Amino acid sequence: MDFKLSAKQEMIRKVTREFAEEFIAPIAEESDQNSQLDPKVMEEMKKMGYFGTCVPKEYDGADLHDDTISFSIITEEIGRVDASWSITTGVHASVCLYPIYKYGTEEQRREFLPPLARGDHLGAFVITEANAGSDAGGVETNAYLDGDEWVLNGSKIFATNGGLCKTILCVAMTGQKGRRKELTVFIVDTDTPGYSVGVREDKLGVRASNTSELVFQDVRIPKENVLGGKGQGFSLGMKILEYGRIQMAAQCVGLGQAALEASIKYANERVQFGKPIGEFQGIQWKIADMGVEVHSSRLLTYQASWMCDQGMNYGLLSSMAKLKASEAAMTATHDAVQIHGAYGLMKAYAVERYFRDAKMAEIYEGTSEIQRMVIAQTLLRKGWQL
Amino acid sequence: MKIFVCIKQVPGIAEVRIDPKTNTLIREGIPSIMNPMDKNGVELALNIKAERSSEIIALSMGPPQAQEVLREALAMGADKAYLLTDRAFAGADTLATSHTLALAIQKIVQESSKDENYLVICGTQAIDGDTAQVGPELAEELDIPQITYVQKLEFLDDNTIRVERIFRTEEIVIIDTKLPALISVLKEINSPRYPSMLGVVDAYNKKDIIYLDAETLEADKSLLGLTGSQTEVWKIFVPERKGEHIQLSGSIDEMVHELCQNLKEDKIF
Repeated sequence: MDFKLSAKQEMIRKVTREFAEEFIAPIAEESDQNSQLDPKVMEEMKKMGYFGTCVPKEYDGADLHDDTISFSIITEEIGRVDASWSITTGVHASVCLYPIYKYGTEEQRREFLPPLARGDHLGAFVITEANAGSDAGGVETNAYLDGDEWVLNGSKIFATNGGLCKTILCVAMTGQKGRRKELTVFIVDTDTPGYSVGVREDKLGVRASNTSELVFQDVRIPKENVLGGKGQGFSLGMKILEYGRIQMAAQCVGLGQAALEASIKYANERVQFGKPIGEFQGIQWKIADMGVEVHSSRLLTYQASWMCDQGMNYGLLSSMAKLKASEAAMTATHDAVQIHGAYGLMKAYAVERYFRDAKMAEIYEGTSEIQRMVIAQTLLRKGWQL
Repeated sequence: MKIFVCIKQVPGIAEVRIDPKTNTLIREGIPSIMNPMDKNGVELALNIKAERSSEIIALSMGPPQAQEVLREALAMGADKAYLLTDRAFAGADTLATSHTLALAIQKIVQESSKDENYLVICGTQAIDGDTAQVGPELAEELDIPQITYVQKLEFLDDNTIRVERIFRTEEIVIIDTKLPALISVLKEINSPRYPSMLGVVDAYNKKDIIYLDAETLEADKSLLGLTGSQTEVWKIFVPERKGEHIQLSGSIDEMVHELCQNLKEDKIF
């Protein structure tokens, strides 16, 4: 067992941290308040290759498709300064770009991956609807085959990157399998007639990231734009989310880390009753717990990433990582606000934003309850095995 | 054209701590970085390569761990990297260092095609030693023209460069020279890029660092390292801050007035 990152992974962390601190951090607060991702930051991030992390160079990616630990480090470091950006790149790359690479045909890869990997196109993955959230089987958006085209109808809500994306992986119903719905994943180009963006949501946290309603009205998709085969939508969707959860966990590690660092700094600087508040046990215990919570989340996240790279089954670990890291980020940011006292409630202090961003993470990409369900079902069915 | 960029690994802080017993730098716990002006040198080489067909060769002399800064240069886009490392090189002053670097450059130049020209880029000075001597001495060793304190460079034709050199404050000298030549650059010349993620991956998976030792360079050992050094470090110390600290108060006008009085009394102006 070796916990040491490789020299390459260390450099990826160093470069990404410096980049994030120089380009993303200074305007994170402004982006949060305007609910806008800054286009100049976007351009810089494209140059860095943050939109194409997990696909090979031949599709204009950063060639980290077999190094999920590096991908997680990138998401963690971006999340450490602005979770709105880490969710944007994390979702784009982990649940749109990567599935097309992993499960797509060579033609699909050639057609869709390069512009996505360069960041010229943004990607999204949509399941959630008004009546289908945690219960993915409740999808009502449907598609039927008409000649050489699929015709898609329905609407999706809470779509991350929804208003900005050019390529969508859309889960729709294509028939009945006994009592269960048959689901299929479609690759949809948002320039197709019949597609439109509905309301953009105004949210508690990750406010700069775009969350929108998507409407499909007789959207005609070429027959070959089915990802992974007709009727494979449910199991494929679950596999896609297994991979995506690692990145959501990674971003929570970054968020928790940011809360921890801000708290350490403040506890050492803020003087009350004649000494820095870090000398009071009430603050010390919070700092200690934050350190334990954040780092144990990191270890779970890296182990899930590593298992993915080893070709092992990592579904259990990715759910554990997502559950642990999002709850750790919640408690860490909660304590960070408490340590900062009234200052922590102010917009001028970043912990206020971290706290709102962390709450989001306990809900999106599978709530904590759904993660517990997945973990429990796996354990009860298979017993403890990694 | 070959573009050699000389790079030094330095401690990543402005104020160094010295071990009082050995008079050497304490490196423990201090991250090492690429000397900032050398990074400007790499960036300049990349900008030249974007317009003119060239091969960028990063060069460093140091202990094996100095390979980290060469990897960074490779990640930024350098084509090749050479690390000059050997116990015989240890303890070198600027003269022995430039002699060793010159041997490596001569060797690489000799092995390339005869009509291929070259340019050597150095950072003006390193943030640890601050001597600004290695560039000029290296040019002398190679017997090529040198232009120091460069803040701008353009190519007039394939073998001629025009550079802007800061002579004294606000005095700029424009110089044309034929290649081969050596320039030492200032941080004002550009702002270095961050290596892209693919750049980092390629630096580790696709590119190698070539190690050169004294034997490969066919060096005369009396000119290397401590033996070949003409200077001897007698003592290194961090200057103590002795100045008094005065805090002024009152309205802005009062404070400015008092400050000017103090400066006059201290004959600062």
